[in-house]
Amino acid sequence: MAQSNDSIKKVLMVAFALCLVCSVVVSTAAVTLRPMQQLNEELDRKTNILRVANLYEPGMDVEAAFGEITPRVVDMRTGEYTDEFDAETFDHFQAARDPATGRTLSGDTDIAGLSRVENYATVYLVGDEEAPEQIILPVRGQGLWGLMRGYMAIEGDGNTIVGITFYEHSETPGLGGEINNPRWQAQWEGKKIFSDAESVVPAIRVARGSASGEHQVDGLSGATLTSNGVTNMLQFWLSPEGFGGYLAQLREGVEPEAVQEADVELEAEA
Amino acid sequence: MSALTPKSVLTTPLFNNNPIALQVLGICSALAITTSMSLSVVMGIAVILVTAFSNLFISLLRHQIPSSIRMIVQVVIIASLVIVVDQILKAFAYEMSKQLSVFVGLIITNCIVMGRAEGFAMQNTPGLSFLDGVGNGLGYAFILLVVGFFRELLGSGSIFGFTVLQTVQDGGWYVPNGLLLLPPSAFFIIGLIIWALRSSYPEQVEANEFKIRANTEPKEAV
Repeated sequence: MAQSNDSIKKVLMVAFALCLVCSVVVSTAAVTLRPMQQLNEELDRKTNILRVANLYEPGMDVEAAFGEITPRVVDMRTGEYTDEFDAETFDHFQAARDPATGRTLSGDTDIAGLSRVENYATVYLVGDEEAPEQIILPVRGQGLWGLMRGYMAIEGDGNTIVGITFYEHSETPGLGGEINNPRWQAQWEGKKIFSDAESVVPAIRVARGSASGEHQVDGLSGATLTSNGVTNMLQFWLSPEGFGGYLAQLREGVEPEAVQEADVELEAEA
Repeated sequence: MSALTPKSVLTTPLFNNNPIALQVLGICSALAITTSMSLSVVMGIAVILVTAFSNLFISLLRHQIPSSIRMIVQVVIIASLVIVVDQILKAFAYEMSKQLSVFVGLIITNCIVMGRAEGFAMQNTPGLSFLDGVGNGLGYAFILLVVGFFRELLGSGSIFGFTVLQTVQDGGWYVPNGLLLLPPSAFFIIGLIIWALRSSYPEQVEANEFKIRANTEPKEAV
């Protein structure tokens, strides 16, 4: 028995048969469960968009609530809306790969570790399309173990953060995975992205240790590299390389009084 | 070792021959995912399924597997099962699978699964092997639940996500112990479990490999 089992013919036969059976089992599972998984992912994405905008309540009808949100595609090079693509079906990740809609980043600008990035992105507007209450931007960046994908909600002034959330990441549970801890995410509310009205370089960052000031949030203990990843991600996406141009338009749209007040404050500080 | 009965292969891995506490296998995932009870339950079920079915299939094939490639055959079967479990979790328990992230995939490298395939399923009948897989999975899940209970209760003040001890952050009185949310704390808890198990089953205590010499007399040291 053992003799015949170890003959070359038998070894090849067993190996081939096993590989065939296993690959059929694995691919059947993957293919039949795919629609359900996609549904879950879609629902999870929409839930995350609602959650980052503070519109989510447990047990609500996500699809119905999502009706109040308008997706628009933004050209990140000009900061203008574009109707070239259908906002409902526009896929960032495909756009980043396609040479016509994406570009390769060089070492210096690629602080978020993306290597390729799209020129167009879908933003989600909450409320009135002309003067939205909130804008939800897709963001992503390299964490410790892999890409972190999420959303950031910003108030209509283009400067005040409403919240941040991650729908996909592979950070260590209990350490870097705490980027999805509601308590940590709650700190982002009310933080400012830019230090003054003229600045285009985002000042917002994850601090090492405890946060100080309106441009910082507490670091995650035991997860310095994940915290740095979040900082780099925001530094990239909120800069002119990312949504900077688009945000600049929103910031200009801020009512003049508010800007004057900010100027007075700055003078007083000086 | 006494004769193998279905009952004995199912129950001995729980306390007498626990894969984590006695064989000290599968520690990595036990450290990583025991921050909450619900994660422990899902991970426990996933490991029970994988160990049971990999044992079953390997035992069915045990007369056909050439000994020169037996390890690879075992790993291929285990890996396929793990991928199927991962896919099922993604379809039916999306939230859980997101939190478990890579650790479902890492069941492939869990020494318990491979150890039972090589150590038990290659020599025993399919029925017994299946039960042995379930038993070892249960032994693993049992430790996970105990560790998860203490880590979630003392680290986040809750059990299965329900608040038991109101934490200071939520306006209560309990100051959560942050250490228990970090993986090393599982070492302490597993150590205490091993201590408790070996106190009640003294035959689990290993013989000393070498004798520690008596303390030096103070005057000799001078």
